[in-house]
Amino acid sequence: MFPDLNVGKNEALLVLGNSGTGKTTLLHLLAGLMDPAGGSIELDGTVLSTLKGSARDHFRGQHIGLVFQQSQFIRSISVLENLQLARLLAGLGKDDAFVESLLSELGISERKQAKPNELSIGERQRAAIARALVTKPKIVLADEPTSALDDENCEAVAALFERTVTGHGAALVIVTHDQRLKNRFQNSVSI
Amino acid sequence: MRMLQLAYANLKEHFLSTILSVMLLGIGVGMVSFIVTVSEQLNDRFNRDIRGIDMVVGAKGSPLQLILSAVYQIDNPTGNISLAEANKLKRHPLIKYSIPLSYGDSYKGFRIVGTDSLYLSHYKTTFADGDVWNRSMDVVLGSSVAEKLNLKLGAHFHGNHGFDDGGHAHEEAHYNVVGILEPTGTVADRLILTATESVWDIHNHSDEEHDHDHDHATCDHDHAEDAPSEITALLVKFKSPMGIMQLPRMVNEKTSMQAALPAIEINRLYSLMGVGFTTLQIIGMVIMCIAALSVFISLLNSLKERKYELALMRSLGASPFKLFGLIVQESLLLCLAGYALGIILGRVGIMLLSSFGEDQFQFSVSQSGIADVEIWLLPLTLCIGLIAALIPAIRAYKSDISSILRNE
Repeated sequence: MFPDLNVGKNEALLVLGNSGTGKTTLLHLLAGLMDPAGGSIELDGTVLSTLKGSARDHFRGQHIGLVFQQSQFIRSISVLENLQLARLLAGLGKDDAFVESLLSELGISERKQAKPNELSIGERQRAAIARALVTKPKIVLADEPTSALDDENCEAVAALFERTVTGHGAALVIVTHDQRLKNRFQNSVSI
Repeated sequence: MRMLQLAYANLKEHFLSTILSVMLLGIGVGMVSFIVTVSEQLNDRFNRDIRGIDMVVGAKGSPLQLILSAVYQIDNPTGNISLAEANKLKRHPLIKYSIPLSYGDSYKGFRIVGTDSLYLSHYKTTFADGDVWNRSMDVVLGSSVAEKLNLKLGAHFHGNHGFDDGGHAHEEAHYNVVGILEPTGTVADRLILTATESVWDIHNHSDEEHDHDHDHATCDHDHAEDAPSEITALLVKFKSPMGIMQLPRMVNEKTSMQAALPAIEINRLYSLMGVGFTTLQIIGMVIMCIAALSVFISLLNSLKERKYELALMRSLGASPFKLFGLIVQESLLLCLAGYALGIILGRVGIMLLSSFGEDQFQFSVSQSGIADVEIWLLPLTLCIGLIAALIPAIRAYKSDISSILRNE
């Protein structure tokens, strides 16, 4: 059982929970990767469970940005191509100017031709944020984005997430067990 | 960024397994293409040379050897036959026409065949230059002979005894080139044709004025040494199908000659060669199947390695069908590369065989344009790719992305 959660445009919500409390399950439910046994998930007026198959994939691609714990990418193509692929899979047209500006904003435009495994952990995390925002989503869901970082980098990454995501007019939901973030976000809930 | 580009990038990422699959497919496609092309051209060439010849009459011996020597000019003759007996047979009412052949000499590897002008009309030859012989020792060159030996009208040369360059040269008389034929795509292209009298004359001349420095008794072939009483063979065209019922038996039972039926002997040859061709074709097909298995294993392994990437693509909005399409595209790209390599290998093989065959057997295989086998191998190769991709693609289609992302 998860509590009722609400997050608005340009807002950030922190969901804190220990291991085994179902944080990742919650994130997958919010992303429409799983169907809830009860209750509903609504995004900008659309109830996710009413969308089936490809329609839900399409909706997720266009409106939900995801950042996973390991910042995974398609290894065979460059960072830039990973971002272009995200737009392609979401059924959006090319927007090279936006992609370039996003990479520039996150300070990785010089690394855009690099393959993902050539990036440092920090660069990968920035590239993952860029990919989550490249489709101009309504919400970005992040899974444990700071767990592997030291205190200094934890704060920097959290700030970067909040500033970039809300700055692009999207809502941000961070799901983590990292208690260091507890006081970082005003809007937080424990599960 | 397109899905095809991604498929290409994924193949490049798994370079070694990609190369292995492409090479296996290439070898399979190349072998099948090579074997089918060579056997088709060989059949075509055999059929063209034999067209219109219902029976070959020669000295007793192997009927296949008689056909190979008299029609295709690629074996030694079985011996000589009596001119009187041959002339008697020529007058048989069931025979439409017959063409005498006398051979046993050559010039720089090309056979000199004594015959009459019927031989030229039988193979529908036309003259590029000059005309048919008017007298003994005049010769007409097949197109390949003229081209290879660079002989022009009015040129003279001495023939050699036997079919090798090492044979005794008939220096007492020379041949005069009076005609050069246009290419016909038949055995005539590779022959030096002359009147039967030329062969008789040159050997009579030899016997009278010149002692051969070799022993005819031990020579591995015979020809019209005792001319004009002998010729080497007779090509026969029947007037009606009745001929085939009566004449071969009559010749074989009532004369000292042998009658061989080209259709039967060549079918026998095809069936002998066919075993080899079929075996090689089967080997090629087996290699293609192994290649399909290699593509399948390569895709399946790559799928295991990339299952998180594929789940990631789903989370980015890719439908299961899009992932299915990506795997199929990767497989088809592999197969297209294998097909292209195979066609190149097949053609290189044909080029090598052509230069070797030209030197050894004066049999050249040519390949201009796109062969039928190359056309039907393309959909076959793509089908193999599609079948090999099916299971990995269905797995990608059915993958549970939530559990894959959770377990990473």
